[in-house]
Amino acid sequence: MNTRLLEVRDVSLSFGGVRAISDLSFDVHAGEVLAIIGPNGAGKTSVLNVVTRVFSPSSGSLKCGDQELTRIKRHEVAALGIARTFQNIELFEAATVMDNLLLGRHRFAQGAWWQQVLRTPTVTALEEASRAAVEEVIEFLDLSAWRNSLVSSLPYGVRKVVELGRALATQPKLLFLDEPASGLNPEETKHLAFWIDDIRTDLGITVVMVEHDMSLVSRVADRVICMAQGKVLASGTAREVQGNPLVISAYLGT
Amino acid sequence: MKFDYNTRYSDSFKLLRHTDQRIAYGLLLMVLVALPWVASKFLMAELSYVFILCIASLGLMVLTGYTGQVSLGHAAFVAVGAYAHAWMLSKGVPLLLSLPLSGLLCAAFGVAVGVPAIRVSGLYLAMVTLAFSVIVTHVIGHWGSVTGGFTGLAVNDPAIFGAALSGPKAFYFLCLAVLVLVILALLNVLRSGLGRAFLGVRDSEAAAYSLGIHVSRVKVIAFALSAGVTGLAGALLAHHTKYLTPDAFTLVLSMELVLMVVIGGLGSLRGAVLGAVLISLLPTLISRIKPLLPEQIAKQFGMETFIFGLILALFVLFEPTGINGRWLKFRALVESFPLYRRDTFRRGKRYMKSERYK
Repeated sequence: MNTRLLEVRDVSLSFGGVRAISDLSFDVHAGEVLAIIGPNGAGKTSVLNVVTRVFSPSSGSLKCGDQELTRIKRHEVAALGIARTFQNIELFEAATVMDNLLLGRHRFAQGAWWQQVLRTPTVTALEEASRAAVEEVIEFLDLSAWRNSLVSSLPYGVRKVVELGRALATQPKLLFLDEPASGLNPEETKHLAFWIDDIRTDLGITVVMVEHDMSLVSRVADRVICMAQGKVLASGTAREVQGNPLVISAYLGT
Repeated sequence: MKFDYNTRYSDSFKLLRHTDQRIAYGLLLMVLVALPWVASKFLMAELSYVFILCIASLGLMVLTGYTGQVSLGHAAFVAVGAYAHAWMLSKGVPLLLSLPLSGLLCAAFGVAVGVPAIRVSGLYLAMVTLAFSVIVTHVIGHWGSVTGGFTGLAVNDPAIFGAALSGPKAFYFLCLAVLVLVILALLNVLRSGLGRAFLGVRDSEAAAYSLGIHVSRVKVIAFALSAGVTGLAGALLAHHTKYLTPDAFTLVLSMELVLMVVIGGLGSLRGAVLGAVLISLLPTLISRIKPLLPEQIAKQFGMETFIFGLILALFVLFEPTGINGRWLKFRALVESFPLYRRDTFRRGKRYMKSERYK
């Protein structure tokens, strides 16, 4: 449990005069489910965006294993085994579920461009391997009914699952979920809780999730970090954090 | 309704999965191959022109329809392909070498344009490509030693291994062969990783980055591929017009290409072909209809432009998915006949698109 997968040290992020994150430090341990909670504007999504290199931090360091994340480009993050979902669903809407999931396999070999043009047997074999990996995700998330549907025709709850599936198709070590339960009904949230548990236990993927739904958080998270105004306010188990007077006052604004 | 029964993943990779598709496309190919023996010389030449425009339209479709990058300057790539081909032929390069070389040269040109152009998107990209095409026309007009300037450049008759391809029949087959090869190559690209990356860049750059797609590189590749295919069309067009002048490659041609992909239906190769067929045959159709109209209307100047604009406006208003979308709806209606739902193709509402980052 104590191998550190991600080390965040003294990270700050400012947009002009607004400090979204100030001197934030925390670790993500391998094999845990870490939840980040906090009131609106606390900087939770900004943390995700800094780790996935959407934003560059003004100062501080982010280490994933031996790799300093601030030194690599945004598209190179996936190769380190870091995947994410988005708060407002960023699926490829005009494509089918299958194509969305296959796009998750982009970081693996696809064949050289001329092989793709000629559709050589190498490419067919690679495509078959990708398909097999994607079918496993489909099986895992119970998406087979939607396999060939266009994303634009899917209901919101299914889109959320497809986005989770696309992140899983990248076969990550570390998975960031940005409000995975927002907009889901209680039943869908219950499925999600089981899936997150299976992702950690069966697939061995470390999960970091930003979430507001405390019932989900207390059900699946091993550790909870509460943020407010770009800083860590409290950390510990869900029960400890929920009982912390600082956290209560941050939420109630007293 | 058709249901797939696949026993291997590769079954679903096949281009023609169903018997009726194989029959339909087989018949189409047979008709196109047999046509020269029945059709008139005029029709042959006309169809060759349609095929050439299909190739150009397919080129633009890769960029605009699949990668989401607007280009209002594709006539420039047609021009570069045409002049490069004509120049190489005049220097004695054989056609079978010169044709792919002009495509490759155009692809290199596409990279040169794409690298600075992808820094902007949307309307600004449209303006950059437009400016680029104006520059190209000017350069062609003033670089007399290579392009013949405004007086023009005669194109050598096509010949393969010393045998002249001057007749309309031979040229028809050349155009058909190139078109079929281009379609096959694009189909292969679009069902592989690269084609999926195009879609990813078009639909969500934020997600594309998070999956490890090098967005700007994919855009440049799309520019190169698109320019290369369009350049092939240009090389063939040089033989069709037989004489090249810069005023054949103005904004009007670029606009026609954009019309083809929009009316055909963005995001489908079938749409690119259907749009090209419609737009390239429209002038002929209009000239056939003209004698039937009252003299007051038939004599009006700019009637073609008016009809082009009218068709575009009607499509954008009533069928944004183009001819291809109309065809898909029709097919769904036939396949599921009494159970067809009119809402099947209604675009899903977009949920919570409040926060988007680039």
